[in-house]
Amino acid sequence: MKHSMKLPLYITVATFVLAYAACVAQYPNMLSSRVIANLLTDNAFLGITAVGMTFVILSGGIDLSVGSVIAFTGVFLAVVLRDTSLHPLSAFALALLIATVFGAAMGATIHYLEMPPFIVTLAGMFLMRGLAYVLSTESVPIDHAFYGWLQSLYWQAPGGGRFRITGLLLLVTFGVAMVVLHRTRLGRNVYALGGSAQTAQLMGVPCARTTIAIYAISGGLAGLAGIVFSLYTSAGYSLATVGTELDAIAAVVIGGTLLSGGSGFVAGTFFGIMIMGLIQTYIVFDGSLSSWWTKIVIGGLLFTFIMLQKGLAWLTTARIPRANGSTARS
Amino acid sequence: MKLMKTLLVSAAIAMPAAAFAENETVGFSQIGSESGWRAAETSVTKADAKERGITLKFADAQQKQENQIKALRGFIAQGVDAILLAPVVATGWDEVLGEAKDADIPVVLLDRKVDASDDLYLTAVTSDTVHEGTVAGDWLKDAVGDAQCNVVELQGTTGASVTIDRKKGFADAIASADNITIVRSQTGDFTRAQGKIVMESFIKAEGGGSDICALYAHNDDMALGAIQAIKEAGLKPGEDIKIVSIDSVPDMHLAISKGEANATVELTPDMAGPAFDALEAYWADGTQPEKWIQTDSTLFTQDDDNEAAYENKKALGY
Repeated sequence: MKHSMKLPLYITVATFVLAYAACVAQYPNMLSSRVIANLLTDNAFLGITAVGMTFVILSGGIDLSVGSVIAFTGVFLAVVLRDTSLHPLSAFALALLIATVFGAAMGATIHYLEMPPFIVTLAGMFLMRGLAYVLSTESVPIDHAFYGWLQSLYWQAPGGGRFRITGLLLLVTFGVAMVVLHRTRLGRNVYALGGSAQTAQLMGVPCARTTIAIYAISGGLAGLAGIVFSLYTSAGYSLATVGTELDAIAAVVIGGTLLSGGSGFVAGTFFGIMIMGLIQTYIVFDGSLSSWWTKIVIGGLLFTFIMLQKGLAWLTTARIPRANGSTARS
Repeated sequence: MKLMKTLLVSAAIAMPAAAFAENETVGFSQIGSESGWRAAETSVTKADAKERGITLKFADAQQKQENQIKALRGFIAQGVDAILLAPVVATGWDEVLGEAKDADIPVVLLDRKVDASDDLYLTAVTSDTVHEGTVAGDWLKDAVGDAQCNVVELQGTTGASVTIDRKKGFADAIASADNITIVRSQTGDFTRAQGKIVMESFIKAEGGGSDICALYAHNDDMALGAIQAIKEAGLKPGEDIKIVSIDSVPDMHLAISKGEANATVELTPDMAGPAFDALEAYWADGTQPEKWIQTDSTLFTQDDDNEAAYENKKALGY
């Protein structure tokens, strides 16, 4: 049972390793510190978002608002830094607070009003995107010494790759999420809720608190991703990161997490992100493929992984009666 | 084939740039293909690179800056010899342009400029949109001579920088001619349909069109819509009402060749040509080009061979 739960994770890791090897065989330059550093830096905001999405999907929910939250956070930071003398760190704290409270509010709505997460977070998506437009329809540049300092913090690896602070933040986020999901009560409650909400309630899992916490985490991490994105582009733009929520969901599913909840690993999400980044890098290296192939390949991968999950679920349910039978006989 | 490509690419990377001037690799990060002009720019760039023996790596950003930054980083990791960038927004390029500079990869901006220090890129190739309006205005001054002329103007999308510039350039050009006055000016939103509707109201308001001597449209699409409206009002476009506009799309050349329009100012899709010229000089002996290369705003009138221009352009994807 335990083994088959980890199988999707192994398959994801194997897919990544094989795909990377195939890319390197064709373009030896892809095995450079630059490409590895780029995979981390370029996917930092998406990866951090996907960590939050993993919590949500593990609990059997979905969060469509994250792309808009990223854009809102970016515009909010840019406008605050332009119009006030607030230090960026205070602005970061404020942005994280808004995003977390927003997520918690969505979680509370989902739990207490018994609304489907899809609808509640869809409303959240429109709300945040709209608020971003209200703040500014144009791209607002961020020109602050502190931003320049943060951007200048990187470790130049041999070969020219720049490991930036945002890439480090991505790794730390994944590390913390792994500890929370696998070593704390909250983590166990998330899995329990995704397995079956009713059973969880009967077992004494605090459903209200857990649901609110899950969406607060997702919102907060989307806010953090917004900060990373604003560092990435030194600007806030209300049209940015449209559809990022769907990329995050795709990464989670490719990472082996069951869309119906209850089963999956945040480590898988990391490799899901890396696979998506790898496809884009390969297309740039090739230079003659249409970039829409990214979407086509991700679509194909998604389909493959969903089929795989279905197959595994079928295998495990088919095996249980047989196992029972054998114990009865002995 | 694939092996061939791999070999070529790795060869291009392994050789020092100066010793291997023939087969350079250039990465091109394009915004997307949102308009006909941009599709034409992409196909012209690809054809131009092929002609010069330059390997072009093309990345379509699907209108997203994050995709453009990723593509630029990918090009740098790959060790291309130069990068062409048509930026989707003006902000947020300092970091990645700095990385390109540190890797000694020259970046040429196409069609739009960025809000970054100009030592981060080699040069920018763009059109002067104010000048485009001036060229159109100068043509009209020559065409009408001393006769009294009431002009109606179809503006582009309100507030867009192109609209403001093309309006200003035209107004500047005709400021010295007292006989030419703009009597009506409204937005047609750069579209054919809107151009037609607004022209119909102009004709109604100006004595059935008899008081209008010329039309200035901020782009060809609106002018083409207006031609339809003029025809439906029973007037002859190009004769009763002179028509001058900007862009030089294939259909406008067709209209000029039929005598239904008078002139168009070209916004050339060939931004890559001057960019490649500058890059080749830079590769050869490190020549630093000017920081801004202005493309020609060529005027096409009924004296030019518009059928040939149409034939040239119709396959570019406009």
